[in-house]
Amino acid sequence: MQVYLDNAATTPIDPRVLEIMLPYFTEKYGNPSSFHTLGKQAKDDIDEARGQIAEILNARSDEILFTSGGTESDNLAVLGFARANQINGKHLITSAIEHHAVLESMIHLEKKEGFEVTYLKPDRDGLVSVQQIENALRSDTILVSIMYANNEIGTIQPIREIGNFIQKYRQEKKCAWPVFHTDACQASGYLDLGVEKLHVDLLTLNGSKMYGPKGVGLLFVKRGIKLLPLQFGGSQERGLRPGTENVSGIIGMTTALSLAQKDKEKESARLTELRDKLIHGILTSIPKTRLNGHSNTRLPNNANISFMDIEGEALVLYLDAAGIFVSTGSACTSASLEPSHVILALGMPYEVAHGSIRFSLGHETTEKDIDYVLKTLPPLVEKLRSISPVRVDEKYYV
Amino acid sequence: MSDVTSRDKKQSWFYSDIVKEHFFHPRNFIEDGEIDESRFNAIGKVGSPACGDELRVWMKVDPKTERIVEFRWRTFGCGSAIASTSIASVIVTENGGMTLDEARKLKPQEIIDRLGGLPQRKFHCSVLCDKALRDAINDYYRRTNQFEKIVAEAARLIDPVAKVTDHDIEEAVLEGAQTIEQVQQKTKVGIGNPSCLPAVEELIRFYKEKYFG
Repeated sequence: MQVYLDNAATTPIDPRVLEIMLPYFTEKYGNPSSFHTLGKQAKDDIDEARGQIAEILNARSDEILFTSGGTESDNLAVLGFARANQINGKHLITSAIEHHAVLESMIHLEKKEGFEVTYLKPDRDGLVSVQQIENALRSDTILVSIMYANNEIGTIQPIREIGNFIQKYRQEKKCAWPVFHTDACQASGYLDLGVEKLHVDLLTLNGSKMYGPKGVGLLFVKRGIKLLPLQFGGSQERGLRPGTENVSGIIGMTTALSLAQKDKEKESARLTELRDKLIHGILTSIPKTRLNGHSNTRLPNNANISFMDIEGEALVLYLDAAGIFVSTGSACTSASLEPSHVILALGMPYEVAHGSIRFSLGHETTEKDIDYVLKTLPPLVEKLRSISPVRVDEKYYV
Repeated sequence: MSDVTSRDKKQSWFYSDIVKEHFFHPRNFIEDGEIDESRFNAIGKVGSPACGDELRVWMKVDPKTERIVEFRWRTFGCGSAIASTSIASVIVTENGGMTLDEARKLKPQEIIDRLGGLPQRKFHCSVLCDKALRDAINDYYRRTNQFEKIVAEAARLIDPVAKVTDHDIEEAVLEGAQTIEQVQQKTKVGIGNPSCLPAVEELIRFYKEKYFG
């Protein structure tokens, strides 16, 4: 049996998306910048896609910028905006649990380009409050970047409330700052993306978390907002993102986004039930476990659980051998073995962060899958605990 | 960084077959009911969850021959940490057991070779288990009053700015420092380099636990 519970890392392509993309590799392969029929056809198609996306986001076509993915969109939003607008102030606000695409851009601006950054520490459930934003705001704050839903622990931030507050603040102060960016990559299949309602000025999306292709993303940039490009060499995407457009990717992402948004209520309800069954099953059948993130205000497909006394990677590999594919909340990717910055920011110690596992459900997840996980998991945890010398203090899981 | 694939090349895996075997079927780890301190005459500990791995070993040395008769362990860590400890326990006890002199010379590279290789980013894991072994060897000499045979471990640099090592932090804790501020008063660690403070905090916790329970 094979159970894929790593949909927050990436999703398979929906067959309907793939079908729409295929002709762009072999027949409709024109370069949108070419001055002939094939080129014009490609240009018309991406313009149409841009229009469809604008409609879903309740935005205008010229506010949609296609990129190579979530990371580039986040980089462009943070670096591109901060550099273009630094004359108005050099203070930025973000949270300590952002995706590294935002976080490392912020750190770069702080270390190399003379900006000041406030990193808001979320509460124990991973929530950032409007009050925290209000307290951190300064007259020279030009950008606030808070993710819509966290990629590790699934906590959904009060984006609409934060956006509303920032909008009112700007009106009262009669100024155009700060601008509000949100990374919505994890939210696309489950949450409302209307930029008006959310009061966001910049919004990141990508294709590969919503049954679309990898290597393509977009940035919504509200009219009037200035950015500096990160790359040079052409006039594509109004010169803000030069380079030949990824036509098949753009078409695929557009179809994927339409499908994801159309089905989001139904799919959210279905997955919430399965998610809660998984969380409840683990917490009741395995002692010394803890749910990371908020119990309700979380993505319908995310269950992040710390298994005390064991290291996440070992459990990932034991599960892998049983055909269950999950990831560590902690990215054990470097020699320094840095544990998850997200779990640490919740106030948890290193061993709790090291023992966190992210189960992320998706279209293909069934109740049978959840039953299989609940049956397979307890003996594997027990075995790894029996060879571990660590005994985590009970205050972290009771 | 290239991860090791399985020998048959049919299916690529992150670790070699031997690593896999020792990871899924670890040898010589100690069960809860077996931790009877009087059965062993040396104990070693290294690492902390802060650095991702923690390892404890229980060793029984034959006092006449000074050979390792039994080598039992527990590891908190990733797949290669578990596998490398498991194979190290086999290496030091096979063929009648290594003498303490031989065991002290066990190099991380020998452990990695016996495992059929490890991904490069995982090398530090096996360095950990030879360290725990040497810690246990020192403990044996301490218990048997052979102080001249105790060899101090090379220190690890924690704060490259203030040139503070883990030994300095250990010393500070032994001198009674309990908090990060008190350790900073003694060592200046992290004052010019706050990014190392989380690691310092974990080390303080580790040494406090080691010496003061």
